[in-house]
Amino acid sequence: MTDGTGEPLRARHPGAGVPDDQPMVTFTFDGEPVQALAGQSLGGALIASGRRSWRTTRRQGRPRGLFCGIGVCFDCLVSIGGRPNQRACLVTVVPGADIESQDGPGGYGG
Amino acid sequence: MVRVATVAELVVVGGGPAGLAAATTAADLGCSVVLVDSAARLGGQYYRQLPAQVAVADPGALHHDFRPGAELLDRVRAHPAIRVYSSTTVWAAHRDGDQVELQLLYADGSCAVLRTRTVVLATGAYDRSLPFPGWTLPGVVTAGGAQALLKGQYVLAGRRVVVAGSGPFLLPVAAGLAESGAEVLGVFDASTPARWARHAGTVARTPGKLGEAADYLQTLRQHRVPVRFGRAVTRAHGGPELRAVTVSRLDRRWRPRSAGEQRIEVDALAVGWGFTPNVELAIALGVPTAVDPVDGSVLARADPQGCTAVPTVLVAGEITGVGGSALATTEGRLAGLAAARRCGRLTAEQLARQSSPLRRRRLREVRFARALLDVYAVQPGWMSWLRDDTVLCRCEEVTIGCVDAVVHDLGATDLRSLKLLSRVGMGMCQGRVCGQAAGCLLAARTGRPVLDLAGFSARPLAVPVPLGVLADEPPSVDGSGDV
Repeated sequence: MTDGTGEPLRARHPGAGVPDDQPMVTFTFDGEPVQALAGQSLGGALIASGRRSWRTTRRQGRPRGLFCGIGVCFDCLVSIGGRPNQRACLVTVVPGADIESQDGPGGYGG
Repeated sequence: MVRVATVAELVVVGGGPAGLAAATTAADLGCSVVLVDSAARLGGQYYRQLPAQVAVADPGALHHDFRPGAELLDRVRAHPAIRVYSSTTVWAAHRDGDQVELQLLYADGSCAVLRTRTVVLATGAYDRSLPFPGWTLPGVVTAGGAQALLKGQYVLAGRRVVVAGSGPFLLPVAAGLAESGAEVLGVFDASTPARWARHAGTVARTPGKLGEAADYLQTLRQHRVPVRFGRAVTRAHGGPELRAVTVSRLDRRWRPRSAGEQRIEVDALAVGWGFTPNVELAIALGVPTAVDPVDGSVLARADPQGCTAVPTVLVAGEITGVGGSALATTEGRLAGLAAARRCGRLTAEQLARQSSPLRRRRLREVRFARALLDVYAVQPGWMSWLRDDTVLCRCEEVTIGCVDAVVHDLGATDLRSLKLLSRVGMGMCQGRVCGQAAGCLLAARTGRPVLDLAGFSARPLAVPVPLGVLADEPPSVDGSGDV
């Protein structure tokens, strides 16, 4: 899995008029702080931070991250507050949330 | 715990172009409409918006022509007769006499039940996927996924991106990425432009589409993005994550030619092969389906008004056949009119009169949509890119080699037995990503047509729900709960 030190991947469209200065929120991913635009999805924030994978598959232990981006493929699963198998592309970032990468099926409880 | 079902005069499922159009059309005629949409903001895929908290001066800049979308969104927001349930997923649906019952799942995990005499299903479509070596490497996303990241999250799928696959959608994806700061190393479309020759008349009758394509191509030219046809990414390289792609030249059947291969270093690959209609709720409600003869997708069968064989269920947009947002909007209006008729707001004569110009518009759009499907149709040579260790089912990690073994050694000849013997389609996505490809492969390996693709697309539970939800008692219907 990537360690999140990749270049930030925020879009910059010349015509959209999205100022760099935006309300941001912070959550933790495997104990590290990650910044997100307020209202962004976990999947969007993780990709923006340079991470391309945040779980491993059940059988072969291969890394997976975001694939379809719209909640159909179930590749982008993360654990939120101890609950595994949440689709990162659909969940809006909650400030202060404790997000964890998931190995295989993940486990329930803290 | 006994739940109470809310009764609505008309429910529209799906907040994209078709759903928005159906809701406003019916509400304008006096219907009381509940619009249910699974995303946080309305717009579907086509009019996907940034989060409300993000300050954006010109939201339309990320779209090609946002005006129709902006208008629909504004009208829905302001309409007193439309109640919007966002971040709400319909996870199951069934018929109960002359009513339809919908099970709703809210973002916080709680549930509700909606009952209605008339439902318009406008559940859209999602990217069609084809497996190829290395497609499971992190960094490989669908074209729709790259678009959702950009339009919905203001995030680039990667810094160095290749866009590949087949279809008109590759151009706006690449143009958006290039305009927003990504380095797009190339757009590689497997199709052959010569296929347009047989549709010259249709193109001449819909000149606006050419203008749209020209806009994208100009943007790509300005950003020095090469656009090439008859080529495909036949292999993605990496480990543990995507590092490079191999682009091959193809013959007309999409078999790789031996010469002219190139290797490009990338950190993201956005790949799109058209779209797959989201028909599971239609199937759950007993709407008959058909398989599209050109792209092989399972569609909901309906007449031009959007009426199905099930009187309580109307359909509009991509689920009746992939055709783009203008067609979806027109079909939404037609279904909205039909819904208003069912709710007693229109006479038969008024319905016919108001529908007539829309039906003509719909026919023009359908003709162009059929031409697109033909030009960009997937050719069977894609199967020659596969290796034994290429993953077919991403969820269950079932390889092509495993599928071949199940077909040759265990005699699987239909999708159901393939699923039972190999677990293809049994994972969390329930065959949404691999289903169509699995069908093509099975037909190619056995030499027989695959007849149960619709069965493979039936998903009694549309999304995972907690067991506690299933354990709840059925609701009582409270007449005073009318919306």
